[in-house]
Amino acid sequence: MRAFAAALMLLIAQAGDIAAQEIPLHERRSGYDQMQPDTQAMQREDSSNPAMLSVKTGNLLWEQKPGAAGKSCADCHGQADVSMRGTSARHPAFDAGKSRPVDLTGRVNQCRVERQGAPALAHESADMLALTAYIGLQSRGMPIAPPDDAQLKPFLAQGEALFSARLGQLGFSCQQCHDQNWGRRLGGALIPQGHPNGYPLYRLEWQGIGSLTRRLRNCMTGMRAEPFAAGSEDAVNLELFLAWRARGMRVETPAVRP
Amino acid sequence: MAALLNVPKTAGRGEIIEIKTLIAHPMVTGYVRDDQGQVVQRDIIKEFICRYDGEEIFRMELMPAIASNPFIVFHTRATHTGTLSFEWRDEKGGIWRESAAITVI
Repeated sequence: MRAFAAALMLLIAQAGDIAAQEIPLHERRSGYDQMQPDTQAMQREDSSNPAMLSVKTGNLLWEQKPGAAGKSCADCHGQADVSMRGTSARHPAFDAGKSRPVDLTGRVNQCRVERQGAPALAHESADMLALTAYIGLQSRGMPIAPPDDAQLKPFLAQGEALFSARLGQLGFSCQQCHDQNWGRRLGGALIPQGHPNGYPLYRLEWQGIGSLTRRLRNCMTGMRAEPFAAGSEDAVNLELFLAWRARGMRVETPAVRP
Repeated sequence: MAALLNVPKTAGRGEIIEIKTLIAHPMVTGYVRDDQGQVVQRDIIKEFICRYDGEEIFRMELMPAIASNPFIVFHTRATHTGTLSFEWRDEKGGIWRESAAITVI
């Protein structure tokens, strides 16, 4: 009887493992592949991609001197297409000062406060989205490359735990939709795999550009969970795990999604 | 506000060319309420005009049902080398202008 119970437990544990399996690397799909051809065309051509309006603003901000230090981004970093190439592809990255990972938004604000002597921008302000879209564009086409940094490991593990944790009143986990049921429908909407390869992106539903944090908040309110605050440790850890999960996929920033 | 243009730099004489324009504008319908329950006042681009060396070749009246950041695509015939100028006017008196040169060969 005890042996039977043990065998049953093992079976349940195995079933759990199978259910928890992540998507094999070669089966990963960008949300782009699941979009309507019209929406894909909108993203493909820069002059029809409304997120490029934000990029244009970001380019202007790159040259502006916002703070007491009288320095623009360009004064230190020069041409963004050289210095920022690949930057967004390797964020979130470990920050020694904070002893935890920061995402691109956090990095921009760090620069503003510490080096430009300017107030931090709100996480989802138009200017922040414009700057991160402009910086993100410089990595377009490059593979997402989360840093292989031992210091990131515990945070990555926390992010992974959040991804598989059941949250909110509905008791869903990210994994149940985006690993186990991608490609199927939730109401009228197609469930994507949930890769962070195009942020900040223009979402037709928002009629505007938005950050990954906003997208996560969208999901979490749908799960009737309390969303992670923008830039909080939980949010960045989850972003870190998502980047790792999408490692090697091409950056599409600034993408368009339905 | 930012605008994006896609106008061919060169075209053959008499060729039909496609012109694409995109402008940043919230296009608030006037039917939406904010988180305080107050109606957000309507704010839309009302008119779009394209001129080819001063001659009007395309005009469009925009309505509240048009999504934010209107993307307008139309065609014209490239007749001569010149400048295409674009003008967007919203209901609050805002005017945005952009232009693009085209060489006809």
